Amino acid sequence: MPKSSSKKERPIEELTYEEALAELEEIVATLEEGQGQLEEAIRLFERGQALAARCGDLLEAAELKVRQVAGEELTDFEEEAE
Amino acid sequence: MLTTSYKTVILAPMQPSLFPAPVPQTFTVSKLTFHIRKLLEENETLQDVWVQGEVSNLSRPASGHVYFTLKDANASLRCVMWKTSAARLSLSLRDGMEVEVHGRVGVYEPQGQYQLYADQIRPLGEGALFQEFLRLKAMLEAEGLFAAERKRPIPEFPKRIGIITSSSGAALRDILNTLRRRQPLTEVLLAPSPVQGDEAPPALVNALRLLNSHSPDVLIIARGGGSIEDLWAFNDERLVRAVAASQAPVISGVGHETDFTLCDFAADLRAPTPTAAAELATSITLEDLRFQLSDLQSRLVSSTLNLVAERKAALSFLKTQIGYLSPVRRIQSEIQRVDDLSRRMYSSLIHRIELQSSHIKGLTRRLEALSPLAVLARGYAVVTRKEDGRVVSQVRQVKVGAAIQVRVADGVFDAEVGGRGE
Repeated sequence: MPKSSSKKERPIEELTYEEALAELEEIVATLEEGQGQLEEAIRLFERGQALAARCGDLLEAAELKVRQVAGEELTDFEEEAE
Repeated sequence: MLTTSYKTVILAPMQPSLFPAPVPQTFTVSKLTFHIRKLLEENETLQDVWVQGEVSNLSRPASGHVYFTLKDANASLRCVMWKTSAARLSLSLRDGMEVEVHGRVGVYEPQGQYQLYADQIRPLGEGALFQEFLRLKAMLEAEGLFAAERKRPIPEFPKRIGIITSSSGAALRDILNTLRRRQPLTEVLLAPSPVQGDEAPPALVNALRLLNSHSPDVLIIARGGGSIEDLWAFNDERLVRAVAASQAPVISGVGHETDFTLCDFAADLRAPTPTAAAELATSITLEDLRFQLSDLQSRLVSSTLNLVAERKAALSFLKTQIGYLSPVRRIQSEIQRVDDLSRRMYSSLIHRIELQSSHIKGLTRRLEALSPLAVLARGYAVVTRKEDGRVVSQVRQVKVGAAIQVRVADGVFDAEVGGRGE
């Protein structure tokens, strides 16, 4: 059931918010099932803490990114100052 | 009965006899005016009519009512609009303006003037546009383009939002501010396009196509408020079809709350304003995510604590279990058994010893009773010959002067036979 243990774990700082959140949700679900080995559970807990911290950082740092579509290209969009 | 006959007499005294031929009835001015008014007001066409013309002699007295004359090359029509209708007027009326006026035709009796009592005024051309709007709407509706089952759900947390609007309008600013405030994690792709004029529809269609090629999760097509002509591009058949065919779901936010365009009907979701469109595209806000995250964090901690606590409980249960199964208990019970056996062994041994010892005491007593020492104690003595130690039981066994030994109870002494009797 705990997929996280079998799949390769990526470094947390590489994860997007959605990826980190999805993994965190999975870990919480696994821990809430209460199965598995204690050592594995502790390891999952630590990974979960790190994922939650990553999500929090990303939320705090979130800044709307606006790009303009020009043909197939994407260019940065400069907003007019109000 | 009586009254009726008087009236007849008074009202028609001269008619029958004084004039040879029947003459037209004579009306008072009031009566005639009333008659004309009735004629006009009973005509359905005149009571619900649109009239096109140029505004002149516009007057807005303090009463709030609006007076003007509508004219064209050959005729003019006096118009009045009461204060309550005038307050709802969406355009500002000026002399020389070509308009279409809706109202009913009536008569202002004091001046014998027929006039139009106006309740709506719109710029010239709007009526034709509206007819075209209705025609297109009916046609596309019949094709099923606006059907409810075509509508796709709007994602709650789109990662990529495509925006189609003018790059300079207030609509874009409103949308970006709203997205920034609610969900700055979202990536915005902007495809600027003119939003009014003849070039707008093909440009909007192209923007829609371009954005779809970047696979957005949702699209917002928006424009700020304006007149029906300003918004007309959003009723263009090409655009409406493109919106309906868009791969990504579309939210339309065109004009104000009261404006409806065909683009709104074709979109998956209609928002009353551009700002509302941005809100509808971000059901899950940054605040929601924070809340969700803190919930997950507390569940992470509590589930781990639970898990550890369960393991502890399982461990202590096993400790108890293993306690029952431990050899210590068996060993203890063996020790007890050994103790028990040795106790029984001792007690049986002691019993036997006691039996033996009392038996020995009995024998000893009997032995003592038989002992010669006991006889000696009563005063008898045993005499033995000194020479050979033989017991002397007959007188002839000794000669006078023979050395003898006499044993009494507490010892022996030597003696000499002094004489012999017979």
